[in-house]
Amino acid sequence: MAIEVHDVHKRFGDFAALSDICLRVEPGSLGAVLGPSGSGKSTLLRVIAGLEQPDSGRVLIGGRDVTREPPQRRGVGFVFQHYAAFKHMTVRDNVAFALRIRRRAKPEVLARVDELLALVRLEGLADRYPGQLSGGQRQRMALARALAAEPQVLLLDEPFGALDARVRAELREWLRRLHDEVHVTTLFVTHDQQEAMEISEQVVVMNEGGVEQVGTPRELYEHPRTEFVMSFVGEVNRVGERFVRPHEVQLLPQSDAGSREGFIDRVLHLGFEVRVGLTLDDGDQVWSQTTRERADELELEVGQIVPVRLGGGRVFA
Amino acid sequence: MRRLGLRTVALGYLLVLLLAPVGVIFWRTFEHGVGPVWSAITAPDAMHAFWLSLTLVAVAVPLNTLFGIAAAIAIVRHRFPGRWLLSGLIDVPFAISPVVIGLALVLVYGHGGWLGDWLAGHGIRIIFSTPGMVLATAFVSLPFVARETVPVLRELGTDPEQAAATLGASPAQTFWRITLPAIRWAVIYGVVLTTARALGEFGAVSVVSGKVAGQTETLPLFVQDQFENYNTAGAYAAALVLATLAILTLVAMNLLARLRRGRSATDATPTRATSTRAVTA
Repeated sequence: MAIEVHDVHKRFGDFAALSDICLRVEPGSLGAVLGPSGSGKSTLLRVIAGLEQPDSGRVLIGGRDVTREPPQRRGVGFVFQHYAAFKHMTVRDNVAFALRIRRRAKPEVLARVDELLALVRLEGLADRYPGQLSGGQRQRMALARALAAEPQVLLLDEPFGALDARVRAELREWLRRLHDEVHVTTLFVTHDQQEAMEISEQVVVMNEGGVEQVGTPRELYEHPRTEFVMSFVGEVNRVGERFVRPHEVQLLPQSDAGSREGFIDRVLHLGFEVRVGLTLDDGDQVWSQTTRERADELELEVGQIVPVRLGGGRVFA
Repeated sequence: MRRLGLRTVALGYLLVLLLAPVGVIFWRTFEHGVGPVWSAITAPDAMHAFWLSLTLVAVAVPLNTLFGIAAAIAIVRHRFPGRWLLSGLIDVPFAISPVVIGLALVLVYGHGGWLGDWLAGHGIRIIFSTPGMVLATAFVSLPFVARETVPVLRELGTDPEQAAATLGASPAQTFWRITLPAIRWAVIYGVVLTTARALGEFGAVSVVSGKVAGQTETLPLFVQDQFENYNTAGAYAAALVLATLAILTLVAMNLLARLRRGRSATDATPTRATSTRAVTA
């Protein structure tokens, strides 16, 4: 089922949380909404779920206008950043909640719950309480709970935000594969550009309550339409009015027509990649990103002055 | 040494203030054996006071429980003008002397009061009868359930309730299956405290009751009445019943606290999950 958002506005007092949002998430796709905190990304997700009412505009799920429908009748699964576990229920009862509300037959409920627990790999923990689970396990339980009633769309609000870096990376990979199995239209919110680009085929970049750009991770990185997208998606150097990616700052063996001089401040060896911090002749500070081989060839050292060519780069009006 | 000193002071204080007087009641009550005590307790006026006290509790406690839960939800979950006023008003019974509360009720419902004459015209009598005593009891024991529930509800947050909504639960289903189980310990604490307060109330009830033996006398009033009339045997026996009820209430509260601690302990230790389930069931 596709998710469509048309001209949605939402204010909280004087604060414009969402202004003029238009968006389409294709059926069966896995999309990300990326933005800094306060950009309105969570509000957008909550408007789609019906947890917030937009001041104006429409929300369609699978072609049906659900703008005035309560969350119960939108057919959405929602996963919260802090799990929103039902602490007084076992893992099994948490997952069974939506099915019991729908008065499904007992054997059907049990079978479906077992199936979901296997899907999120919590089979052995069905009789535990949420308080006895780790953060990652709680979030997988929340996901199984959201999937129980076979929602038309799955919405995740910073689902891995409260987890530590290693568990996050694991769950990202796992969500990606889960989506390949379940194929429910999924939209998740994150402030982590790497997370968005790793998981999604389509990323919506938001800033100050508006949509800046929608595109594949590659489009956003290579053809950012605004200064904000350029600097928020991937790293960027600012040279005068120009924005240059670190990999476009090339260090040369000898100077040529278009090159400038750079003084090497730092050299960071990050495994395969080497980062070189430079001060250019006119005082601008930039990072250059290069490979280990290249750095070895050039014999880069702090204190050296090297010829630098700034390839590509963009100027935003 | 210092800890020992502190303990001695704390226990000594309790002994002088609490244990000695209560102990003396028990001792004086049974001074002449069980027989006189039994006849004093089973005397018609004493029995009537006992049942009247239980009646007041049976009406005031459920009323205040319902009100307390509703008020807590309104204060924590809803945004409306006057929310702070509601929150402040709930504490009024704590701040005002019970005697003043009793007088205020007489001024409103009594003879010549705002509503009293109109009600009397319709044959409804509030002051000097059970309805007035219920009102006074409900008034003084009003804050407990709300005050216990508000912080727990606030800590719970709205996420679980919203999660239930997205899973298809109606507002009523969400309340019964998510909100109420989450706040149940706070509500139970509140009920225990409300009961203890309602049972022991003297001042406000005394003013509105008229203190007619065998008609409008609760247990505390009966004790006072017997004492003033030099019927010490009756006073001690009734005081004993009152103290026993109060102690039972406190024991119930302690047991609940222990059950709850046991439960949160199992939250951390997976092996005891089954006993946790027995408690929640």
